[in-house]
Amino acid sequence: MTDVRLSGAALSDDAQRLGTLYPGIIEQGWKKRLLGPGLSLLVVVYLVICFFAFGVSGVIEKARGDMAQLFALDAYAHKVHAKYQFKKADQGFVVSLEGNRRSIYKEQPNWIAQSGGQTTIDLGGDGVLRFGDGVVTYAHPSYEQDFIFKVGDGAPQFVSGAAADWLKVSKTQVNARPSLYTRIWLTKSKVEVHRYFVGWENFWFDFDSKLNRLSSGELLSLAFSSDRIDPDVSNLRFMFNEFWTNSEWQHGEVYFALLQTLIMAVVGTLIAGILALPLAFAAAANVNPVKLARTGVRRFFDFLRGVDMLIWSLIFIRAFGLGPLSGIFAIFFTDTGTFGKLFSEAIENADKKQAEGVQATGASPVQKYRFGLFPQILPLFISQMLYYLESNTRSATVIGALGAGGIGLKLIETMRTRQDWENTLYLIFLIIIVVMLMDQLSGWLRRKLIEGQA
Amino acid sequence: MAAHLALAEASRLAEISQAYERVARRRTLYTITLLGLCALSIFGGLYIADEANSGGFWAGLDKFFDYPVELFVGAYEKGLVGLFGLVLQYLPYLLETVNIALVSTLLAFFLGGALSFVASRNLVSNRYIVGVMRRVMDIFRAFPEIVIALLLVLIFGPSPVAAVIAVTTHTIGALAKQFSEVNENCDLKAVEGIRSVGGNWLEQIRFGILPQVLPNFLSYGLLRLEVNVRASAILGFVGAGGLGAELKMVVDWNYGADILVIIFMLVISITSIDYLSGWMRQKLIGQTGQV
Repeated sequence: MTDVRLSGAALSDDAQRLGTLYPGIIEQGWKKRLLGPGLSLLVVVYLVICFFAFGVSGVIEKARGDMAQLFALDAYAHKVHAKYQFKKADQGFVVSLEGNRRSIYKEQPNWIAQSGGQTTIDLGGDGVLRFGDGVVTYAHPSYEQDFIFKVGDGAPQFVSGAAADWLKVSKTQVNARPSLYTRIWLTKSKVEVHRYFVGWENFWFDFDSKLNRLSSGELLSLAFSSDRIDPDVSNLRFMFNEFWTNSEWQHGEVYFALLQTLIMAVVGTLIAGILALPLAFAAAANVNPVKLARTGVRRFFDFLRGVDMLIWSLIFIRAFGLGPLSGIFAIFFTDTGTFGKLFSEAIENADKKQAEGVQATGASPVQKYRFGLFPQILPLFISQMLYYLESNTRSATVIGALGAGGIGLKLIETMRTRQDWENTLYLIFLIIIVVMLMDQLSGWLRRKLIEGQA
Repeated sequence: MAAHLALAEASRLAEISQAYERVARRRTLYTITLLGLCALSIFGGLYIADEANSGGFWAGLDKFFDYPVELFVGAYEKGLVGLFGLVLQYLPYLLETVNIALVSTLLAFFLGGALSFVASRNLVSNRYIVGVMRRVMDIFRAFPEIVIALLLVLIFGPSPVAAVIAVTTHTIGALAKQFSEVNENCDLKAVEGIRSVGGNWLEQIRFGILPQVLPNFLSYGLLRLEVNVRASAILGFVGAGGLGAELKMVVDWNYGADILVIIFMLVISITSIDYLSGWMRQKLIGQTGQV
């Protein structure tokens, strides 16, 4: 016990001695001690001010959560309409995809059953709807009493049933949305039921394609069968054509747009690198002795970089029209400035002994830089270009959305319609996959080309 | 005997020079292939791009200076006083754009910093946690800001909040990756010292790692600030507020003087933030400000 106290005392003695030996280390000055908390406080105060300046609370209050929910639902699910019109009673329930007249299912789905004058529609977890003789009876699993409506004779009437917040009855129509996946809609002219099913419909083939609704096994056997669907082309070719020209998903156009975006990124980065290299030599103090020329080139780099890619793309879209060519120019103008700055700094930091060694063998100035300097900056040159290749894939998407074409423009087009959310989600998937692939590819190439060389 | 030796040596020399030539030939072949591929992708790409473009390259070349000239003519007609009035008019929007960038960089700095410690192989022994965190970072980083901004503008309406969330999301991914690389290059002796006196994981990070990495973190953060000012200007174009939104409006209405004033304000602020961050980074980590 005494031992511990003794050593404790010795320790504090030690600390005091060290404190006097190195003032300002153990006992820090108040300025230094206040720096951390003071900066943190400043940041917090700034963020709070911005919270009010941006009106965050108001924005969140006004946010359309319901819209977001609908968009999200539409992105991963498809909607099937079953519609009964009193004027066309002989047709019965017409079942179609998203209510589209061109996508009417020829066979009734198994959740609609017909017996005599009575139609029974199974709504999955939302109960059962029965319709016949001008009466709609809806049995909801959580309500004991059925909801009964009289239809077909003027506006629909709510005959009996409990009040529910998902049920809206007005003078002209009845609108029921018991869950996100089901909607029942009654008006004076029709009885309509919407059901959502998870999945992307018609992703592979068009609705009315001969190949639609075939199982993968059937497709596989069809692909290698000698019975041609279309006598002019082989089955495999026919299947590919049907997929590629899918009218809703537009696979052909989407992949061509993706190619355009990649072209913008790759070509823009390559041209920028090639142009920046000689300019960087002209801007480096250890290569170019003329200060005026050097400063001129540097300011030129700053100008290219400072006028942002956004503004360059505006100017080029004006000149060359909408399309990837404008995107290429916007990328290479901006990045020539960035690369020029990076490369010229690298050249200035390079070891001059190698260049001197080469010069000592009687090399010409060009040879001196080619063999003495260039090999030193080549790894940095390649690695920076690969870094920017990845980031430019993303930039190309962004300026594409501003009008330079490619996948970015496709994305903004599908968003504007506010209906094709499944297409939007598909494009977002594609963009993210491509950016991640480019990231992996550029990392792999960097390791291969630079570390493999060393 | 001597002649025999000389012969052996000569044959070895020949072998060496042959081997050298083989290596040199292979290298030249690689270089030529690589350059050929580059040339092919440039010319092929330009050809496809020119075909896909609505206006052609040669037709556009004459028109290249038309637009800038048009803008300058518009500005000249406005006169100096008018231009100065426009600067004052758009100054609040510039502040908003810079604020969007600063707020998102700050938020992403803290969140990305926190994430990076969990995603560093030398600080977390569980490989699965690191793997999952890295994938999360990759996905955050792969999201182009404009995609998130477009979706949020639909939900929130035109508001800078959409831009802040979009830029923050992307920046978290980007910074966390760079930060975790810094963490992995850390000296672990300080961590061991703190562990030996009984410090827990948080204390090890706070006192063992943070003092080592903070200058690098700040430097990366400053670099991001500059990138984010550009990004937040672009996001204005899809309705996320700030100077970009004003620019989109005047571009659509073709107000030459206004466009030029906004472009100048953007360029000047981007360039000055660029210089400022370069200067501060130089102070932080010395040398040329390169990390």
